[in-house]
Amino acid sequence: MASAPSKLYSDDVSLVVVLLDTNPFFWSSSSLSFSQFLTHVLAFLNAILTLNQLNQVVVIATGYNSCDYVYDSSSTGNQSVGNGRMPSLCATLLQNLEEFMNKDEQLGKQEPEGRIACSLLSGSLSMALCYIQRVFRSGLLHPQPRILCLQGSPDGPEQYVAIMNAIFSAQRSM
Amino acid sequence: MKNSERSRLNGEAEEEDDEEENLNGGLEAWERSYADDRSWEALQEDESGFLRPIDNSAIYHAQYRRRLRGRSLTVATARIQKGLIRYLYIVIDLSRAAAEMDFRPSRMVVVAKQVEAFVREFFDQNPLSQIGLVTVKDGVANCLTDLGGSPESHIKALMGKLGCSGDSSIQNALDLVHGLLNQIPSYGHREVLILYSALSTCDPGDIMETIQKCKESKIRCSVIGLSAEMFICKHLCQETGGTYSVALDESHFKELILEHAPPPPAIAEFAIASLIKMGFPQRAGEGSISICSCHKEVKIGVGYTCPRCKARVCELPTECCICGLQLVSSPHLARSYHHLFPIAPFDEATPSRLNDLHNISRSTCFGCQQSLLASGNKAGLCVACPKCKKHFCLECDIYIHESLHNCPGCESLRQSNPVVANEG
Repeated sequence: MASAPSKLYSDDVSLVVVLLDTNPFFWSSSSLSFSQFLTHVLAFLNAILTLNQLNQVVVIATGYNSCDYVYDSSSTGNQSVGNGRMPSLCATLLQNLEEFMNKDEQLGKQEPEGRIACSLLSGSLSMALCYIQRVFRSGLLHPQPRILCLQGSPDGPEQYVAIMNAIFSAQRSM
Repeated sequence: MKNSERSRLNGEAEEEDDEEENLNGGLEAWERSYADDRSWEALQEDESGFLRPIDNSAIYHAQYRRRLRGRSLTVATARIQKGLIRYLYIVIDLSRAAAEMDFRPSRMVVVAKQVEAFVREFFDQNPLSQIGLVTVKDGVANCLTDLGGSPESHIKALMGKLGCSGDSSIQNALDLVHGLLNQIPSYGHREVLILYSALSTCDPGDIMETIQKCKESKIRCSVIGLSAEMFICKHLCQETGGTYSVALDESHFKELILEHAPPPPAIAEFAIASLIKMGFPQRAGEGSISICSCHKEVKIGVGYTCPRCKARVCELPTECCICGLQLVSSPHLARSYHHLFPIAPFDEATPSRLNDLHNISRSTCFGCQQSLLASGNKAGLCVACPKCKKHFCLECDIYIHESLHNCPGCESLRQSNPVVANEG
């Protein structure tokens, strides 16, 4: 399913899919704290949305036991959440992220022996590619998509084939 | 576009086509875009007599499921050995019959265009394989390009030599290909794909002997016909274990030829498991100067160094000119893994299970978050993975099985953990 790059917009309109690594085993032993990291990410997301009115941002959390969508700037249900002190982007994202982390923890707490555990990057990468295919299907006038992986956990050897498949599929869709 | 073609032709034959020219010239520019638009064909009457637009996505998905089922009938879910290192010769018939215009603009042009698309797709799915081109013209078979791994050289050579005349000869083509394929190593899988437009073949000898020779050399011959079914093509394919199909129109032809891109299952007695020596070259150092062995030119910094003889090559995959070692890089091998570890086809989700709409995991597609509910909050068509039980929309199903080869649901579950994240 190839797509022609959409040059119908006069300015750069992009869709950025951000894959956030939320592996608790990595963040507990990292010099940068998770809250500091989130501050920077939220500032970045705000900047993208400010650059162009039509820009879209989607955030997928890469957990230790599961992956899930955490925030989608194009879904209309976001306006209601907001308590005056924090913009709705931050409030929705943090709320969904907290729910995701709780669910992820329920699914299993075994820590692997020896090295730091890897997170499920192949799952979130596959979900991001499916979302981008849906954007391509929406017609000729679509934003230019790209994926940003913010990954701290080491690579898991069991995910090699899946990640290579995702990379080759992304190469073909270009 | 068709109107302008017609008016160009009309410019040359002016005697009788005045009315037609007036008809075309009489149309305003905005009218011409609707001249060929048969929008009434996109409507269908349903069982209660209402007119509904034809649902293209459901038809597309049904076609895709039929293709998948056809492939899985020949390939059981058990691990099937497949020939990943393929040496394929494409025989293109450039006889008189290739100038027929039942395929627009002519059979030869359509074949050339689809062969170009096929060559690119073939190297995408089989990076370790090689293709060669053979043309048959005036009863004589000529080798257009030798076996090679670069798609550009084949396509350039094909586009430069498109002229048709004379008869076609299957035996001459098979003899030539047989001689060329005898030189390749035994671990390679030998294949021939004949794109046949003619309805006859002019052979110098007994074609049955040639077919026997090919069968003994383990060459798998497949034929795609453009006119009608011929007994000799059917016999050839049956004897050598290939497939024979006849194209009905251009899109069907494209579908048939692209079916030959994924590797076919290997026949048990032909596939001997053996160890193959391959080299994984490193990139040449920045600023290092040497003469490359493929173009015999001085290259600075670019290219790879053969690990055995240290010769410089420009691109991968290739065979080292000096020592004959097969040179590949690990992404080339990784491109073939999805043939060896295919994902199971998804099952269609029965509507009764989808009535549980409180369950959010069943109302949106797990991959793209599209709503799976049809208009009016009824359950729409969706599919589910048999292993992780997550639901996907039809378009994600097609994308996952044709391009991505990963199930997002299975990849999002930690494999060692037996607890599955689904409720109910």
